[in-house]
Amino acid sequence: MRVPGLRGGVRVQLRYLLDREGLLGPLMLLPAIIYILALVGFPLVLAIAYSLSDVTAGDTSLDNFVGLDNFSRIIKRPEFRRALQNTILFVVVSQVLIIVLATTLAQILSQDFRGKAVVRFLIILPWAAPIALGTIAWLWLLDSEFSPIDLILRELHLLGPAGLLGRDAILGTDTNLVWLGRERLTMASVIMVHVWRLLPLSTVILLAALTTIPRDVLDQAEVDGAGFWRTLFQIKIPLILPIMGIAILFGMILTAGDMAVVYNLTRGGPVYYTQVLPTWSFFIGIEGGSLAQGAAVALFLLPLLLVVTILVLRLARRSEVT
Amino acid sequence: MAVVETRGLKKQFGEVKAVDGVDLSSKEGEFLVLLGPSGCGKTTLLRLIAGLEQPTAGEVLIGGQVVNGLPPRARKIAMVFQSYALYPHMTVFNNIAFSLKAQGVDKAARQEKVEWATSILGIDKLLQRRPRQLSGGERQRVALARCLVREPTVFLLDEPLSNLDAQLRASARDELQQLQQRIGITTIYVTHDQVEAMGMGDRIAVMYQGQIRQLGTPREIYDEPGDTFVATFLGSPPMNLVERDTHLIGFRPEHFLPKGVPEVQDNLVTFSFPVTRVEYLGADRLVYGVVAGTSGDTKTMARLPSTVTVPIEPGGDYEFVVPAKELKFFDRDTGLRTGPKPL
Repeated sequence: MRVPGLRGGVRVQLRYLLDREGLLGPLMLLPAIIYILALVGFPLVLAIAYSLSDVTAGDTSLDNFVGLDNFSRIIKRPEFRRALQNTILFVVVSQVLIIVLATTLAQILSQDFRGKAVVRFLIILPWAAPIALGTIAWLWLLDSEFSPIDLILRELHLLGPAGLLGRDAILGTDTNLVWLGRERLTMASVIMVHVWRLLPLSTVILLAALTTIPRDVLDQAEVDGAGFWRTLFQIKIPLILPIMGIAILFGMILTAGDMAVVYNLTRGGPVYYTQVLPTWSFFIGIEGGSLAQGAAVALFLLPLLLVVTILVLRLARRSEVT
Repeated sequence: MAVVETRGLKKQFGEVKAVDGVDLSSKEGEFLVLLGPSGCGKTTLLRLIAGLEQPTAGEVLIGGQVVNGLPPRARKIAMVFQSYALYPHMTVFNNIAFSLKAQGVDKAARQEKVEWATSILGIDKLLQRRPRQLSGGERQRVALARCLVREPTVFLLDEPLSNLDAQLRASARDELQQLQQRIGITTIYVTHDQVEAMGMGDRIAVMYQGQIRQLGTPREIYDEPGDTFVATFLGSPPMNLVERDTHLIGFRPEHFLPKGVPEVQDNLVTFSFPVTRVEYLGADRLVYGVVAGTSGDTKTMARLPSTVTVPIEPGGDYEFVVPAKELKFFDRDTGLRTGPKPL
């Protein structure tokens, strides 16, 4: 029996070509693959090639293969050790602070209260604002002479010649703390600004994770008599651990590879107090013109981050509970 | 063991009155079922008793004490949630021992209590497993064991059998009731399944729109429904309601039989019953037809057990009878039960 309206043939088949998943799937993946190859793969290969050659800003031909010379030369420099130490310090301390603060904030934001939308907006703001602008505002806040933070501390008699109850002020008798001028304080300032900037991302990730915990489970914990801390540490955090791992991973990669905060705030200074590998790589490779050595410095981060990534992803998969 | 009581209990979510003035009092060691369609407020009522929600008005009493304002952990209750709410990252042992840990029970006593509860429920081999490695029935037992170890005065169960398949549900129903009788703890059980309610409850509270429409034993609820909602909510198929002037006459499909079938021949009320459809269900025949009411014909059903072999065909006009004592009368406007009216 003929079915009216049903037609076959090559031309008709062509019209339904995109209905085939075997064809449509790869076709739709293609843009992503091109994007990654062009913007991640190609620069990476180029950086590796640079690091094994002697290219400079003046001579970009890749015909001189020098092996691991660039690496061994860099490792011997004292600035390298300082930058590596600073990078690790920067990553670890800021991540610890971010996770503790983000968990706290997410916990608060998962409750219902008046003005929640406003608080949510304010918290997301540092992430939405361009980092250069944010850092410039901080540059002014941390100014060695006119810092408003110092002003407030002076008004509170915590800083400056006039202390409380006839004693010296707790933070010293100088009129200014000089946030960006002292060794430890400068690093602390850099970390503080970076935490301020990255906190929204982690908070939003953890907030989303907290909302995935079924209400029944939290009610059960309440019936079981678990208080706030027991619920937090024995129920909530274990349940969001896989996602928290991802948040930490994102944070670490964004911190280890970030040069915007350090560059805008201190340029790695004073001396090498806040120099991290990305800024140092930039100074050597771009400003100093030694592309090969700059590339080598930047590549030091690669194995470090690779190990961290593998560890975190494995942890996330292992603690996957459902 | 304790009596649970609510006095004028109300809970409003915005404009919605989830629980609207409930006065309920359980008996010592009773298995009390809250039965109603979804959205009738039964789970909210249970959560109010548990302390997971704060009432808008009214009081909750457990063992004669007002517990309003007390957190769930201070109410000596245990609750099983519909999803069982097992902690997915903990072993069965830790799931059960969690509340004991929170109470500060020492390790040896915890071990002992967990072993006691799990041996009662027959899950002592599963202690080191995680919830995802358990079947639905095993999860339900873990949830029950978790309640048992706390030695609560009241058990609150929120549709604990609805996640089980039909076969398992029947045996779980039996086990649950035996367990409750053995430990004798006052139990409040929420369900929308009338078979569970009828089969397990010492008493049933039928809820609708935040109110308790009737409270009584399964027999009272079924045989003497207090209003048309209770009459039509219980029973499958539900009670037939035929309009007569200012009232409705109700009779159950199983009492609606062809003339000549009931052995007792006196005090029968006869209806003319044009049949439109017959369903053969093995043990029963369902006969669909209409009965004339004062404002038009009313769809009516009869359920004939397979022992009734009278031939019935669609399109035929038959005479069906109901024993007069099985006729229930309701007010047409309020839906409330009234005394017998002349036919």
